[in-house]
This record gives sequence, structure tokens and C-alpha cells, in this order.
Amino acid sequence: MGKLYDKLTEDYRIKEGLKACINCGTCTAICPAAEFYKYDPRKIVDIVQSKDDHEIENLLKSEQIWYCGECMSCLTRCPRKNAPGLVIMALRNLSMELGYFVESEKGRQQYALAKIISGNILNYGYCVYARTLKAKDHPEAGPLWEWIEQNMDDVYERNGANLEGEGPGALRRIPQEDLDQLKKIFDHTGATARIEAINRYSMEKAREMGLTPDEYFHHVFNNTEKEHLNQ
Amino acid sequence: MIYQGKQKIWSDYQKEIPDDHYFYVRSCIRQNLFPASEKTFLDITRNKLGKDFFETEHHTTCGGIAYHCDTIPQETSMTIIARQFALMHKYGYENYVCSCITSFGLYTETLETWHEFPELEAKIKDNLWKTCKLEFAKPKYLAHASDIIYKYRNLIAAQAKYKLINKKTGQPLRVVEHIGCHYGKMFPSKSVGGAEYPYVLAGMIEAWGGEVIDYPERRHCCGYGFRQYHIRSNRGYSLSNTHKKFESMEPYKPDMIITNCPGCPYFLDRWQYVISEMEGKTYGENGHGIPVFTYEEVAGLVMGYNPWDLGLQMHQVGVEPLLEKIGIPYDPKEKYKGPGGKDIGRPELPTCGCL
Ligand code: SF4
Ligand code: SF4
Repeated sequence: MGKLYDKLTEDYRIKEGLKACINCGTCTAICPAAEFYKYDPRKIVDIVQSKDDHEIENLLKSEQIWYCGECMSCLTRCPRKNAPGLVIMALRNLSMELGYFVESEKGRQQYALAKIISGNILNYGYCVYARTLKAKDHPEAGPLWEWIEQNMDDVYERNGANLEGEGPGALRRIPQEDLDQLKKIFDHTGATARIEAINRYSMEKAREMGLTPDEYFHHVFNNTEKEHLNQ
Repeated sequence: MIYQGKQKIWSDYQKEIPDDHYFYVRSCIRQNLFPASEKTFLDITRNKLGKDFFETEHHTTCGGIAYHCDTIPQETSMTIIARQFALMHKYGYENYVCSCITSFGLYTETLETWHEFPELEAKIKDNLWKTCKLEFAKPKYLAHASDIIYKYRNLIAAQAKYKLINKKTGQPLRVVEHIGCHYGKMFPSKSVGGAEYPYVLAGMIEAWGGEVIDYPERRHCCGYGFRQYHIRSNRGYSLSNTHKKFESMEPYKPDMIITNCPGCPYFLDRWQYVISEMEGKTYGENGHGIPVFTYEEVAGLVMGYNPWDLGLQMHQVGVEPLLEKIGIPYDPKEKYKGPGGKDIGRPELPTCGCL
């Protein structure tokens, strides 16, 4: 039994999501990520249950563990009630803890995700927040979002929201006392440490790649260079 | 009564849904992308049906998107959730209803994990006290907002002004329902109808006069994939999944799509726009897209709400052909008006002009 495997088993998602895998491949057959990416959840679960630290380390540094969409379709279908999606979450968690995530292009994207999503939670109390959704980053949102962005206050008022308003309602300003509690929760339960670790490892990587923090953000957000697709 | 086949499966997954008195918690995505849907939900439940749905400004995100983008640890999301439950308790409620499938899945996962690992529950209780000085509590009932509309579907039908019926032909509209993965795939027994034949939307469609379409990729993910969408260079994943679903449903000629999750209607709507821009392909009739709705919007339409009060102008795929099919009147000049009829221009037409 290896040290990395032991670390993984501390994660409740492994306790919940990994019983004996019979290698049937049902999860891979149902998996939307396996169809799109060079990705095979069956193999990943099998590597973890092999308890082989060398293989697990490779996994933690690989692109593969970042391909899953966490849809949990695999959980419904697995005949042994494993949850490859939960196993992936535990692997990602450990990869970030150990700084291995910066070894893969898809893993490096955690820098942008933490900035955007964790940033929105701490600043506004929402995971996603209209003021930070920019049409230039979301061309798929269409000309409609450009119009909404240009007329945000009016559009949300017309649609019954309470954008930055007092009291309840959609997109209300969440009171500072509540944001302070979220910050305390972040500090106490490891989310702040997670953000700091992601930033520290990412900035080391940025220096290695000769990029400023801003350039690194744009790079990981906009570019994918390697061939990830399952053609 | 002896049930067989699908009916049998549905009868095995008859979730208990209390009739009244809920603590209502909003969805990050729905508030941003379909805010009028939440307004409609509260208007129908409170004002049209006279039920008690309480909301406080002090609730926050459940952290679900961050959790599934892996930017916060499990312990963080569980403590945020404990805080939400504690607010419910503080305001004197024991039925908890959330407007988001990601939240619903995460609340369910959290409650199940606490049940299985009491030491973890104890730790979260301690976290909650140390960080927020709030008393730990768990809901007696957990519902998704669509469970509530499902529960009230016949009450809504009784007040309906319109049916999901093609006015010209008299035939039921052909409706695709999309459930959203985290509603029933993780914990089928917590959903209406289970993972295989979820009935939460199908029940609404039938009660309001429509016909549910079964098609091969009916249960496939919309493709959100959390990090697979929020990072721009990953969005091909998201688009490909939606594309797969539309190719699969196309031969069945759907008139409309109803969705359960706040994110799915956005993806099913906007990726149609992208596919039309990239390939010139549209999936609806006469070169139009297939309009995609939230369940609150459809409930509002059958009850006779003004389509622009329901926020249907926040969709990229035009809804007008569907309104005309049902015979719902609308004022095209009012569509993009601001509050009090203020002129705020209008979005540019997509290049393809047909959406
Ligand atoms: S479906 Fe379950 S048992 Fe089969 S390979 Fe996947 S994890 Fe293993
Ligand atoms: S959770 Fe991940 S591994 Fe499981 S089916 Fe979804 S994308 Fe595939």
C-alpha cells in the first residue's frame, strides 16, 4: 500500500465512491467525457484500486484526471455502485494539494477557475455573477449577452431581479456580515489554503514559462495546445 | 392497481413532497440567466396558490459550482451548506427547497455522507459554530423547486388559460424534457421517478396537455461539465454534448424543450445559436431553433403570464413561433423594452438571422 493511496483514502469521496471495481467498463461506455476526450474512467478507477503509488503519481500529474465533467452519469450505471466521478474529485484534490496539477495543461486551468469562481463567492456570495460575466469571454452567449451587458441594470430590473439591491431577491447585494461568514468558512475549512496553494504553484509555473500572472491567466483560460481529443 | 413497465418504475419512486411552508433558496445560475423564472416561481406559489415560501437575503451560493470545479474542498461546501440549513432552522422552517439542480445534488450528497459518516457531520457542526455561531440543523424535507411545480401541476392546470396544444391542428405539442444530471443520477430515490424515467417534467407536460418525446439521447448530459464550460478553451466539450443531443432529437421534431436545471436551458439555447453560426444548421421548423424553456416559464405561459414578464427575451432562440402555435398573444414591440417601457435598444440579430 502506498502513501499516495493512503492519502486518497482519507477523502470521503473515495470512501463513498470506490468499492471493488470489476473493470467492466460500463462507466466508460456511458461517460460523455470518454466520448470527447482521450479518457477512460475504468482505467483510472483501476489504477487507484491497484494502490500503486508510482502509477497514482503519474495520474496526479496527468491531463486525464481533468477531463471529467462531474456529471455523475457513471454512478447511476456502475454495477458495483462505484462513482468514478467522485474518485476523480479526490484525485484532483490531491493533485492540487501536492502541486502536481501544474504539470498538465488542463490542470493548470485551476488557476483561472479559482480566480473566477472562488473569487465570485468571496466578493459577492455567488459562484457566478452577472457583473463579472463578460461578453468578450463568452462569445457563445451571443449578441443577446452583449445587449444585456450594455443595459444590465435595466434588463435585470425588467426581469424582476434585485441587482445589488437591499433585501431578498435575485442578485441582491448579499450583506457584508454574510460575506464575512463565508470568508471565515473559507479560512477554517481549507478553501483559503487551497486558493493560496493554487496561486503559489501556478506562479512558480508562470515564472518557469516566462509569463506574468496576467499572461498566465489568459494563457490557461484561452489556449489548449496539446491534442486532448478522442478523434 | 397493478403497475407495469415505466408506470411500475415511477410508482417505486414516488417522492414525498410536503404541500406547504418552505424555506426557498435561489440558484446562482438561474438568478443570472433566468431571474424572471424565480420571480414567477414565487408569484405562482405565493400569490396564485396561496402557499408559504419564505426567502431571506442572508442565504448565499451553496458553493456547488466551485465544488464541482474543484476550487473548494468538500469540507468547505459542506460547511456552507450547513450554514444554509441553519438559516432555515433559524427562521422556523423544516422544509427546504432550492432552485438549482447542482445544489440539490450536493445537498443530497452531503446529507447522505453525513448519515454514513457521523464523525464528519460532527466536524461540520463544529465548523459551523466556530465560523458562524449558528445552530446546526438538517431539513426534514429537501425538494428541488421543480418538485414543487410538479406537486402543484394539477392546481396550475386548473388555473390554466392555455394548453400545450397546437391551436391549428388540435394536436398535443411534442415536448423534449431535459432533467439535468444531478437531479436523479446520483440518488435516484430522491427524485420524482428515479434516474431511468424521471417524471418530474413529464408529469407537468402531461398535466398541461403536451406529449413527451422519448429519443435515444434523452438522458445524455447537456455538456455543462463545470470546468469544461467555465474555461473558454474547454467549451468544445460542452458544445459537442449539446450537439449530440440535438442530432438525436431532430428526427422526432420537437416543438419545444423544457428543462429542470438552471444551466441546461442556457446551454441548449446558446449552443443552438453557435451551431447555427458555425454550420448554418438549425433544428426547429422553418429554419428556426427549438425554443428552450425553464419549467417556471412554461408554468407561467400556460397560466397566461405576459411572455416578456416571464423573461423570454433573455433567450437567444426566439420563442415567438411556439407562442403562435399555442395561440398566446404577445406584443413584439414590448419584447426588449426596459422597465416601464423604457427604450434600451435591442440585441443585434445573429448572423444566421433565423433564431
Ligand atoms: S462501471 Fe464500476 S465496476 Fe465497471 S469499470 Fe466502471 S467503476 Fe469499475
Ligand atoms: S462523472 Fe466524469 S467519469 Fe463519470 S460519467 Fe461524468 S464525465 Fe464520465
